[in-house]
Amino acid sequence: MTPAAPRRAVVLGGNRIPFARSDSAYAKATNQDMLTAALDGLVERFGLAGERLGEVVAGAVLKHSRDFNLTRECVLGSRLAPETPAYDVQQACGTGLEAAILVANKIALGQVEVGVAGGVDTTSDAPLALNEDLRAVLLEANRLKSNAARAKLLLRLRPQQLVPAIPRNEEPRTGLSMGEHQARTAAEWGISREAQDELAMRSHVNLAAAYERGFQDDLITPYLGLERDQNLRPDSSMERLAKLKPVFGGSEGTMTAGNSTPLSDGAAVALLASEAWAQERGLTPLAAFVDAETAAVDYVSGREGLLMAPAYAVPRLLERNGLALQDFDLYEIHEAFASQVLSTLAAWEDPVFCTQRLGLSKPLGAIDRAKLNVNGSSLAAGHPFAATGGRIVAAAAKALHERGGGRCLISICAAGGQGVVAILEG
Amino acid sequence: MDRYTQLVNTPIGKTIAKQVGLPKPVALRRYVPGSPVIEGKVLVGGAPGGRLAAPIARVLAEIGADVATPLRPDLRAAAAEAGLDASPWTPQAAVDHRYAALVFDATGIAGSAALEELHTFFHPTIRHVARCGRIVVLGTPPEAARKPAERVAQRALEGLTRAMGKEVGRGATVQLVYVEPGAEDQIAGTLRFFLSLRSAFVSGQVVRIGGDGALPDDFDWERPLADKVALVTGASRGIGAAIASTLARDGAHVVGLDVPALEDDLKAVAAGIGGSALALDITDADAPRAIAAYLRKEHRGVDVVVHNAGITRDRTLGRMDADRWNAVIAVNLSAIERITDALIAGGSRAVLSRGGRVVCVSSISGIAGNAGQTNYATSKAGVIGVVDAYAPEVAKHGATINAVAPGFIETQMTAKVPLAIREAGRRMSSLSQGGLPVDVAEAIAWFASPACGGLNGNVVRVCGQSLLGA
Repeated sequence: MTPAAPRRAVVLGGNRIPFARSDSAYAKATNQDMLTAALDGLVERFGLAGERLGEVVAGAVLKHSRDFNLTRECVLGSRLAPETPAYDVQQACGTGLEAAILVANKIALGQVEVGVAGGVDTTSDAPLALNEDLRAVLLEANRLKSNAARAKLLLRLRPQQLVPAIPRNEEPRTGLSMGEHQARTAAEWGISREAQDELAMRSHVNLAAAYERGFQDDLITPYLGLERDQNLRPDSSMERLAKLKPVFGGSEGTMTAGNSTPLSDGAAVALLASEAWAQERGLTPLAAFVDAETAAVDYVSGREGLLMAPAYAVPRLLERNGLALQDFDLYEIHEAFASQVLSTLAAWEDPVFCTQRLGLSKPLGAIDRAKLNVNGSSLAAGHPFAATGGRIVAAAAKALHERGGGRCLISICAAGGQGVVAILEG
Repeated sequence: MDRYTQLVNTPIGKTIAKQVGLPKPVALRRYVPGSPVIEGKVLVGGAPGGRLAAPIARVLAEIGADVATPLRPDLRAAAAEAGLDASPWTPQAAVDHRYAALVFDATGIAGSAALEELHTFFHPTIRHVARCGRIVVLGTPPEAARKPAERVAQRALEGLTRAMGKEVGRGATVQLVYVEPGAEDQIAGTLRFFLSLRSAFVSGQVVRIGGDGALPDDFDWERPLADKVALVTGASRGIGAAIASTLARDGAHVVGLDVPALEDDLKAVAAGIGGSALALDITDADAPRAIAAYLRKEHRGVDVVVHNAGITRDRTLGRMDADRWNAVIAVNLSAIERITDALIAGGSRAVLSRGGRVVCVSSISGIAGNAGQTNYATSKAGVIGVVDAYAPEVAKHGATINAVAPGFIETQMTAKVPLAIREAGRRMSSLSQGGLPVDVAEAIAWFASPACGGLNGNVVRVCGQSLLGA
């Protein structure tokens, strides 16, 4: 028996809870709480209560050790049928989009008919780990045979060993925070403060407009008193952004709290299915999940910027699909930092980068900025790491459907020098 | 390394030197065969409208340099065209790097206002040049400028490079290379030399590149003188021996020449490098003919001639007898003229091969003058005259003639100089130390290279940018 030829996987919609700023509205919500809420909102919207879906795939970047089966636990806590299988994935900020790729691929191969992809993160209810010294002592105590020996060992404990290990937003191999890494890349590519602030402001303006015209109505379910993303500042202005002090890259830096994403909490999921399943349910496909690519770069040697991997992933994806960078109607480039988006765009216009690093014969060229992040992105919405992919996939599919079709390029950079990109087509 | 340099590089020495304001020579790094031309980040900039971005990029691509360039379309396109994976650079990024070299194409500067381009490029970078780093500015020879304003601006470059040489410190060197219009493809040999550790003791110099011609595709930069025959006079000791072994390292068969009294030393040098020894006195009336005959008979000619033989007979002029005067002029100057005449006589049938190289050894004394050395200074200034006079002559033959002018070089000769004068000689330079014979030899090997056909009539000092005569 030969397996069926791949078929199209389509995005039917999505649901997320509004994103909250760290230690604020969702300070006491757990990852499990938030992902379950996002799932239940999706169940509600698409009438999936009691349904056994092919699978639910999601993850979290900051994860408690007790959440070893986070997504499955959320399914069990949701109104989906308990017979719905689930698993966790984790690829830093690429988690949500990578989850969508996994689900879409299974649908394309005919292994499942329908699935949910998403992610969740909290920087408020963060996992604190035992101090490494204390952990070593406790494990040693556990291995000892006599209580006397254990008591003797524990007497050696010192107060400083009781300080917990707090998760840090830094690259283990360089000891630099993601912001410091990106500050270097921004400086290298000469990304100005003004250009970053302008991108940030457009993100707020576009997201606010999206709320105003009801675009978010069937993408969001209010949660714990929030109806809109807490970080959104519709009245954001260049003057206000210009007043902020640099937070990365030293006193001469260009990256501020205004043009960098804040730490945030939230969850997002997207519903993907085969066309047949959608038709059977009377659901309208918003867009097809056409193809995806993941790339990684050697940022450890300093040869490439930590967040430049999408710049490599996109041309590979374009090549495979016979497309030019300009063959898109929408671009969803995750705004980890305004300068990340701008560095990527600058690199695609640079003859050296494109010929020497990408191996192309000429630069990919510029994109029409009017098509970029038209409904706002992470600078305005916030960026609960693993939740961003689900937010973008659902919103991009809807935006394509709204404009009557077209093609959207999705690009998400991730810690560890990775990048996940995908094409949606309406 | 001399004792002072050793001492000042100890922790306590560093502290004292800093507090007392003493010169701070660093141990110069020198070329080791097989090592890359340059290691570390090379930043390439240029004024808009320059004509050297592409040739510079090609040289840097050939040597596999780690390059960065400002995000200017012309510079980026030139790098891409040359296959050079140049990282982008902006002034904001400057603080994160130590640059092994800064290279600037100033040929686009056509008026004094545009000199600001130099400030824009060097202001954020000069304090980030690595130890023993390199700065090379390339311009248009003022005399080749099309308009007065361009000539003025191009002439101004010399002040910048000489002043940067005095500021940059830490063993770094600064050069100005004037490239004639049409000679853009002739820069490889010179750019490689100035970027590499071969030019460790050369700083604050100005060279002019002209001419045309191409290297064979299989040119071996590690052995540029392969299959060449080189005559080195005064080869038995000191700088001459270093020249002989450096040219042999570069692939040449070296014919070492020295007076019969030093024949044993000469033979030892020749044997050590697989060369030949020719013992004769170059002031003999018959010497030029004998040398020409020897070279024609044994080697069917000569490709590289290094006029290194020289003597000193120091006295102040009022106390100097005519013998001292005449001996120095005869060896240091007249012999060079006579031997050169003999080797280039006969046009296309000359002993000096077509495309040959003549390199003379002048001296900083010939440029600056030196008390007690009127005879020597006269002869060495005369050597510069030889270069000036013969350059157009040998050019007809596709050959070149250039000179090096050593400053304070650590040799047996300078070891006999009284301590106070010796220390002054060492420290009164941008690099605050004496050079080594190999430093002179490397500069000569650069002029001798087949890649340097564009260098003719240059005098380059190997003096660590000495204050004398500068």
